[in-house]
Amino acid sequence: MAIMSFIFVFFFFSSLQPILSLYEDQVGLMDWHQQYIGKVKQAVFHTHKTGRKRVVASTEQNIIATLDLRSGEIFWRHVLGPNDVVDGIDIALGKYVITLSSGGSILRAWNLPDGQMVWESSLHGPKHSKSLLLTTNLIIEKDNSLIVFSNGRLNAVSCIDGEVLWKKDFEEESLEVQQVIQPPGSDFIYVVGFAASSQFETYKINAKNGELLKHESTAFSDRFSGEVSLVSSETVAALDSTGSILLTISFHNGKISSQQIPVSNLLEDSPGLAVIIHSSVTGIFAIKTDAATIFIRVIGEGKLEVVEKTNHETVVSDALTISEGQQAFALVQHAGSNIHLTVKPAHDWDSNLLKESIKMDQQRGFVHKVFINNYIRTDRSHGFRALIVMEDHSLLLLQQGAIVWSREDGLASIIDVTTSELPVEKAGVSVAKVELNLFEWLKGHVLKLKGTLMLATPEDIAAIQYMRLKSSEKSKMTRDHNGFRKLLIALTRAGKLFALHTGDGRIVWSHLLQSLHKSESCRQPIGLNLHQWQVPHHHALDENPSVLVVGRCGPSSDALGVLSLVDSYTGKEFSSLRLVHSVAQVIPLPYTDSTEQRLHLLIDADKHAHLYPKTPEAIDIFQSEFANVYWYSVDDDNGIIKGYALKTKCSGNVADEFCFDSRELWSIVLPSESEKIITTATRKLNEAVHTQAKLIADQDVMYKYISSNLLFVATVAPKASGEIGSVTPEESWLVVYLIDTVTGRVLHRMTHHGSQGPVQAVLSENWVVYHYFNLRAHRYEMSVIEIYDQSRADNKDVWKLVVGNHNLTSPVSSYSRAEVITKSQSYFFTHSLKAIAVTLTVKGITSKQLLIGTIGDQVLALDKRFLDPRRSVNPTQAEREEGIIPLTDSLPIIPQSYITHSLRVEGLQSIITVAAKLESTTLVFAHGLDLFFTHYAPSRTYDSLTEDFSYALLLITIVALVAAIFVTWILSQRKELQDRWR
Amino acid sequence: MEKGKGIMGSGRRWAVDFSDNSTAPSSRDIPDPPGFARASVDQDDSTVSRQKKDAESNWKTQKAWEVAQAPFKNLLMMGFMMWMAGNTVHLFSIGITFSALWQPISALQGVGKVFEPYKDNKVDLLGPKLLFIALNLGGLALGVWKLNTLGLLPTHASDWVSSLPPAQEVEYSGGGIPL
Repeated sequence: MAIMSFIFVFFFFSSLQPILSLYEDQVGLMDWHQQYIGKVKQAVFHTHKTGRKRVVASTEQNIIATLDLRSGEIFWRHVLGPNDVVDGIDIALGKYVITLSSGGSILRAWNLPDGQMVWESSLHGPKHSKSLLLTTNLIIEKDNSLIVFSNGRLNAVSCIDGEVLWKKDFEEESLEVQQVIQPPGSDFIYVVGFAASSQFETYKINAKNGELLKHESTAFSDRFSGEVSLVSSETVAALDSTGSILLTISFHNGKISSQQIPVSNLLEDSPGLAVIIHSSVTGIFAIKTDAATIFIRVIGEGKLEVVEKTNHETVVSDALTISEGQQAFALVQHAGSNIHLTVKPAHDWDSNLLKESIKMDQQRGFVHKVFINNYIRTDRSHGFRALIVMEDHSLLLLQQGAIVWSREDGLASIIDVTTSELPVEKAGVSVAKVELNLFEWLKGHVLKLKGTLMLATPEDIAAIQYMRLKSSEKSKMTRDHNGFRKLLIALTRAGKLFALHTGDGRIVWSHLLQSLHKSESCRQPIGLNLHQWQVPHHHALDENPSVLVVGRCGPSSDALGVLSLVDSYTGKEFSSLRLVHSVAQVIPLPYTDSTEQRLHLLIDADKHAHLYPKTPEAIDIFQSEFANVYWYSVDDDNGIIKGYALKTKCSGNVADEFCFDSRELWSIVLPSESEKIITTATRKLNEAVHTQAKLIADQDVMYKYISSNLLFVATVAPKASGEIGSVTPEESWLVVYLIDTVTGRVLHRMTHHGSQGPVQAVLSENWVVYHYFNLRAHRYEMSVIEIYDQSRADNKDVWKLVVGNHNLTSPVSSYSRAEVITKSQSYFFTHSLKAIAVTLTVKGITSKQLLIGTIGDQVLALDKRFLDPRRSVNPTQAEREEGIIPLTDSLPIIPQSYITHSLRVEGLQSIITVAAKLESTTLVFAHGLDLFFTHYAPSRTYDSLTEDFSYALLLITIVALVAAIFVTWILSQRKELQDRWR
Repeated sequence: MEKGKGIMGSGRRWAVDFSDNSTAPSSRDIPDPPGFARASVDQDDSTVSRQKKDAESNWKTQKAWEVAQAPFKNLLMMGFMMWMAGNTVHLFSIGITFSALWQPISALQGVGKVFEPYKDNKVDLLGPKLLFIALNLGGLALGVWKLNTLGLLPTHASDWVSSLPPAQEVEYSGGGIPL
């Protein structure tokens, strides 16, 4: 009986699943989270005497946020989503933030202190048009009102509840409304626009009830181009479509009068095409030509005067009313490594209210935008603060000639991430700035001991927690044994490269890439991706690792490519190349040269392959492997997948021994009327697989089909490529393929009828997991396909295996046509997905978990065992022992396995996993608008002591035991002696 | 502790030896008493002692067989324990299996010692010894069999391929959707 109960207890414990979750005090030990808002598009200050001073900003990532004006911290933030573009923001009644978004069709009010939404109203109109938001202090029916022009309709909206008080349609087809103006102190509104591009129209409207008071229109001989600039409340400046004639149009009291002045009259040299810069400064407007920005003053009736001609990098702010009838605006100019901030009154160009020079980091590039705000100094004079947006999307507050705070908001738009090792710690060189001394170390351990023995006071606990969070160990600038400390190198959309320390997320260096900088030869440079160029380990340790940044000049696929090599330790760009060919694909090859530089193959739009680095050594290495290198391209527009091999040297133009022609080997043409490629997935290059065999119940073996040349392709019916629910289940299907990319062989094909995208997929080892929507069941589903090599399955003779007489480890070729079998299973899943990844460990021994980026912007870990096609409703005893979970129709979501715990990674884009040196641990980096990093151990940290292990307690226990042994020994000696004397 | 060892050691002053096994009367100064025939006594003694010795050797043989059969009971008990332990690997079954392996091995090592008390010129210990060894080997086999049923012996193909690294691939292919 005792045995039976023993067995029972044993079973009970062995069947418990380890729950992977954190304790509250472990938050922040391994993980860090950073919040960003993106590139600021518009900013409005709120600096009333009461309450905290803040600034409201809308960004290109469609975020509205309020920031603390003292520190730059976020008070609150709302992400409106990719389809809800913010058109305008303002503050109304001193307590509401008003936002107009979605092409002017949604107007929302948010409570300023806490960000709660107060009201939302949708504004629809007869046609699509420009949207303009105008806050007034007009009072209509006792309500403060807003004037909104959107979708061809002028609306007056109450500030209190968002109710539309009156509306007026402008249905004329060709009318393009440019400005809505309310002259100060009046109760009428001007609506100014162009009709049929050459007719100037003004409408005077009663602001109280929307009644049309007067309508005037004048035809011009020239066509207008683009924007108009408001010069005064009844005068606008415009340019004609050739960009060479300036028009000033005044519409005082409805009467339209105009002057035309050729731009060349104002400037001596021919300026070329000019563009009006949007600004709202009274009496002055600015035009931008190829060479310069020109400020022009309007004197009296249509007389124009050039006040200043500056270089390109000059930015002007909107006008700010500083006192009754007095306006000021700010100008920011670059001079070497300094920027000059000048605040001028609108009426007098020559005098300055403020002139400051501020030293600016060269790595921030040029100023893109400036917003100003004033405050009253103690001596009653006006002080100004300026918020500037830089080329790298960072946001800085300038006040009194200094940078008060800065935010690196470029990190909200990361394109690609790679990692790099830190320098090796050298003997005698202390890299850490703050090394703990012995006393502090001892004190820390005593505190920890107190915590373990539950003797600590609340202050002690706080001190312990602080010590754990601020441990200098994790933020050192050297490599560690466990491989936890690394550099995350991130390329942002602004063309800036950041290196973040994995320990605490601080920016180690940042570098605005010169190669991705706008220039004459490269007008619209964009960064594409990052690759590890040189990862020195054995024999080239004294060299620094470096990364390869691939970019291209312009958005089209045949634009010329740009390469740049950056030192990972210092961030210095040591080499940059303007390529003479385009970049369609970058293929890192599995070969490195003697200095550990990885060979890369760049495929251009004409299907030529170019080998980098261009060294004789590289070409020698490549020649020896030449016949075994293939490449493929997936043309998702036409549904064609093609595979290529390389031919000899490029034919035609100049002899280039690093250029190779491609020869088409195979192609898979999917029928365009029934299938459209939506997703592909491949295995990660650096993924390690420990074994090729999978042990199943009853000591049986299945051999995994492990190939790095496996491609997963998902296609849907072309009709079903839209939104979920746009098609019926009968006309929608999802087809998945597993393709060998060397031979073009389709290893597996499966159709899910009545299913629809979007599909998220991840391929690892010999399995692929993908997520899609099942229209029949009205639920999301996840499927798994595992692929096994049947031709190896007869390797079952033990004696042959014992003596090693088998061919299981000999190199295999894709042309050997292995016989494969697949197993698959589908499950329901509650969430829709934004991203999916799989944990990656250094040797691939640790069991895998899927990391799922949910629609709620969190990262959920899901054990791969739940997605095992061998699951059945009633597993046998042997299968249970193997760890097979009984089949359920849906996958469980265990709340404790959210690895982002209580945090959210807003706008989650992708999840990157990197192996640490410790086999049990994966480093996980999730990025979107926010950044999140943590360590994750899929099977718990079985190979190391936990962080909170008390070494002091262990030491004290050992000392106490040794002391006890000595004491008892002495005592027993004494007793024996006494006994003998008896 | 041996108390007073020194006192006893030095206290042995004299001793008389009563035993006399010698058959030669000349070895002593004092002649044999009249009517005492040393030889006849010897003869009589020898018959008695032979009988005695026969009985003893019979008894020893019997005992030796008994000892040799002892592992059989053990074997049965082991079998029962193993059946109780089940076929899954856990602390209990491993403990039982290892004791089942260890007992026969230690018994086999001590074969000579086990049969030491029954060692006699006249007793044939080969049979019991062989039986003893056979039974213990049986126990050992049982233990090994149990080890195998627990899956702890590398007798399957899976035990030899579980850590085989994946085969290297000859070809390399890269690419994807153009950037």
